[in-house]
Amino acid sequence: MEKKIRNRVIIIAVAIVVCLLGIICYPRNEQETFGFPTNWQRLKENVRDRIRLGLDLKGGTHLVLQVQANDAVNITVDLAQERLQDELRSHGIPATVEKKTENGRTYLLLSNVLQEKSGDLQTLVSEQFPDWDLTRRAGDPNAREMSLKTSAAGNIRNQALEQSKNTIRNRIDQLGVTEPTIADYGRGDYELVVQLPGVDDPTRVKDIIQSTAMLTLKIVRDGPFPSREAALASHGGILPPDSELLPGRRESGSDNAGGEAWYVLDRIPAVTGRDLRDAQPRPDENGRPSVNFSLTRDGAARFGRVTGANIGKQLAIILDNRVVSAPVIQGQITDNGRITGSFTPQQAADLALVLRSGALPASIKYLQEMTVGPSLGADSIRHGVIASIIGLLAVMAFMLFYYRGSGINANLALFLNLLILVAALAYFGAVLTLPGIAGVILTVGMGVDSNVLIFERIREELRLGKTVGAAVAGGFDHAFHTIIDTHVTTVVSALILFTFGTGPIRGFAVTLTIGLIANLFTSVFVSRVIFDYVLTRREKGEALSI
Amino acid sequence: MEFFHEPKIDWMGKKWYFIGLTLVLLVAGMASIAVRRGLTYGIDFRGGTLVYVKFARQPDLDAIRGQLRKENLGGATIQRYGPVAGNEVMIGLDLQATTSTDALDAGKRAIASALAGLSGARPEGRVDFNNASPQTVAEHLVVADPLHLASKGSEEAMRAYRELAEAVVNFRNGPPRSGLLGDLSELKAVPGVTPAVLEALGKDFYLSSYAVRNTEIVGPKVGTDLRRQAIYVTLAGLGAMLVYIWFRFELIYGVAAVIATFHDVLITLGIFSLLNKEISLTVIAALLTLVGYSMNDTIVVFDRIRENVHLNKRESFFDLVNRSINQTLSRTILTSGLTFLAVLSLYLFGGEVIHGFALTLVIGVIIGTYSSIAIASPILVFFYERAGKNRVGARPRALERETADARR
Repeated sequence: MEKKIRNRVIIIAVAIVVCLLGIICYPRNEQETFGFPTNWQRLKENVRDRIRLGLDLKGGTHLVLQVQANDAVNITVDLAQERLQDELRSHGIPATVEKKTENGRTYLLLSNVLQEKSGDLQTLVSEQFPDWDLTRRAGDPNAREMSLKTSAAGNIRNQALEQSKNTIRNRIDQLGVTEPTIADYGRGDYELVVQLPGVDDPTRVKDIIQSTAMLTLKIVRDGPFPSREAALASHGGILPPDSELLPGRRESGSDNAGGEAWYVLDRIPAVTGRDLRDAQPRPDENGRPSVNFSLTRDGAARFGRVTGANIGKQLAIILDNRVVSAPVIQGQITDNGRITGSFTPQQAADLALVLRSGALPASIKYLQEMTVGPSLGADSIRHGVIASIIGLLAVMAFMLFYYRGSGINANLALFLNLLILVAALAYFGAVLTLPGIAGVILTVGMGVDSNVLIFERIREELRLGKTVGAAVAGGFDHAFHTIIDTHVTTVVSALILFTFGTGPIRGFAVTLTIGLIANLFTSVFVSRVIFDYVLTRREKGEALSI
Repeated sequence: MEFFHEPKIDWMGKKWYFIGLTLVLLVAGMASIAVRRGLTYGIDFRGGTLVYVKFARQPDLDAIRGQLRKENLGGATIQRYGPVAGNEVMIGLDLQATTSTDALDAGKRAIASALAGLSGARPEGRVDFNNASPQTVAEHLVVADPLHLASKGSEEAMRAYRELAEAVVNFRNGPPRSGLLGDLSELKAVPGVTPAVLEALGKDFYLSSYAVRNTEIVGPKVGTDLRRQAIYVTLAGLGAMLVYIWFRFELIYGVAAVIATFHDVLITLGIFSLLNKEISLTVIAALLTLVGYSMNDTIVVFDRIRENVHLNKRESFFDLVNRSINQTLSRTILTSGLTFLAVLSLYLFGGEVIHGFALTLVIGVIIGTYSSIAIASPILVFFYERAGKNRVGARPRALERETADARR
């Protein structure tokens, strides 16, 4: 008996030590060493760092955004259209290609396909466009529809999501926000949640995240024109092949400064944002804010070729489909360039930042923004802690009053339960949010309930005239079934909440699951050990304090 | 000490009273929901913009309304919030009044500028200290450099000023100021704040009479998604519990437990509607807690019924249920009482943020306990009486099997 208790006490002691280590000094990441706190100040800091509070409790900005993943699919379709036209030409298959969107489905419509070329077309598509399906169009024997395979479109969307996530992370890191979270949100709608602790004015961060920062440099064929119509009219109403028309703004110093300016440009860019190696805000020779960029080796080679061949022409610097400036190429440029425009210093710095971090593959829509000011966060923590302590003390005091000696047992179990819960949160790096606290409260409720169930049962057994030892054993055995049933039922539903729920619902499920598992250990195992210990120390015939 | 010594209450004999009470509560709740044309959802479900503001003095709601009207926000709702002494106001813009997420964003900016207009002329070129982040304060301190740290290198200086800024802002946010300073000289109490620092702060900052405590902007999609998800996930959770109880007990036990739990959620929602309280995200968290609590309570009673079925084959099911409830009554009262005590403490001292949450649980604990006795148990009795199985001798197969297990 004595030995059996000793082994079990060792298990409990190990559990307590592991929990305490988790709360005070378990390293949170690879960089951190296992630093045992040597003074009070350090101990407080360690505990505070390890119990991570959610934004709703500590303050900060919480954004939910949706990556418009169809943008990326659209770009792919555009590129495919271009390539298909080239291929058709080189294979001598006459057909007109148009991009169509119907009911949210985007596809390429090939019309005027000659019957005898139908086989060639089929071969071309299956060889050169393996991700595409070619089908006949209902009602027109000379038309075909070419659409992206569902799986390919799905891949493109997922890639867009991943790439957006990385880009956003880059941008936020460069802003110097401490411990941001960027994670998937919801299921399958390409939503992301971005959490920025300590940020209480999200306007600038939101703008920086949202800017697509699609940079392209293109040779100007013609322009600027004062309006779209004027530009078209000068080309007889139709744009020349492989060119496009984009708007910009008249540069200051020219006549009609600040007005609309339309440029006819090469459609294929000389350089894109992907060729950038670095971008930094630097004042230009006139001291105006501007952004200097440098190119990768490939980009520089291409840029050198294009600028060398087009000396004297204008080069348009295009950001998000607007011409920012269109300087004249004075000589061959290879790996460096500068973007000037009418920027404030802040805008120039932000532009350099978004260029450095890469373009977003798709645009972004904000679905939700929540900013908890730090003072509210501080107030909620203070109130929450005070209320929890009052509640807990009231419960513990009552248990002592009602169950006397055994109340100590129940309170120890409850305390250990909370210790394990907090330690588990620290080990998993989980975040404690308001719904998480709801889970803790249910845990405390069910923890108290387990002890009450056991104690009431022991009392019943005692009333039936059993000996103290038999009553304790009987009480635990009977209550055990009930406790297992209540706990498993709740854990099962918590797992469902965790699997299918998002954000706040998950936070609830996590603390509840951990808490209930801990409670099985404390109320069934630890309480029993304490009872057994009390029983061995008891004088023969002495009554149990319950 | 003991509250109940072997109570012998005829619970099932009073089942019609219980059902009557339940119906009254349900009908009242549903009627209230119908009259109000559905539940009142919080901004986090409905979509819109919410700004919580704390004022230094008693806020003048009419003045706020006037300022908002100047910003074309006549449709905004303005409401006192929290205890009167807190001087807090909630300004809400509904989604219906606006059209898109961008408009919501603009709404937030308009509210901010209306508030700025409220505190009168603002000093040119200075920043509002009461609404400044530690980052902003640190940036200003670095430029002013009142402690002459620039000689130690810019990194070192930035670090020192950042720490100082955090200390100062924490002081502003701490009790009893809760985010609002009346006078910058109050900061003298913060360690590290020298007269030179105060002077530097005084040059760059002014104090407005309000602090924005919390801003929420919720687009239309999030709200509906969240609502749908909360409902589906809760139903899935109930389904999973049903299966588990079916497996451990009998199908009818699972059905009864799920009906009782569902009943609790409905009644709580009804009471919320009667009290004209909003259903927010934290209330949903509390409802999930309530589901767990109610289920726990019901299973404890069912467990006792199952055990008694094994032990005593002669007793009628009616009496057996009564006896089981009485045997667990002491535990039921204790657990509910203690849980009630805990959530009541949250309700009374937990602060504004968890008010809705705590209220749900205060109601829920009572209803959840009540339903185990008054809903779940009578369903079992009805079922067995109807099936002519009120003699426990004619028990279903699964129970027989467990009895056999128990005897072994």
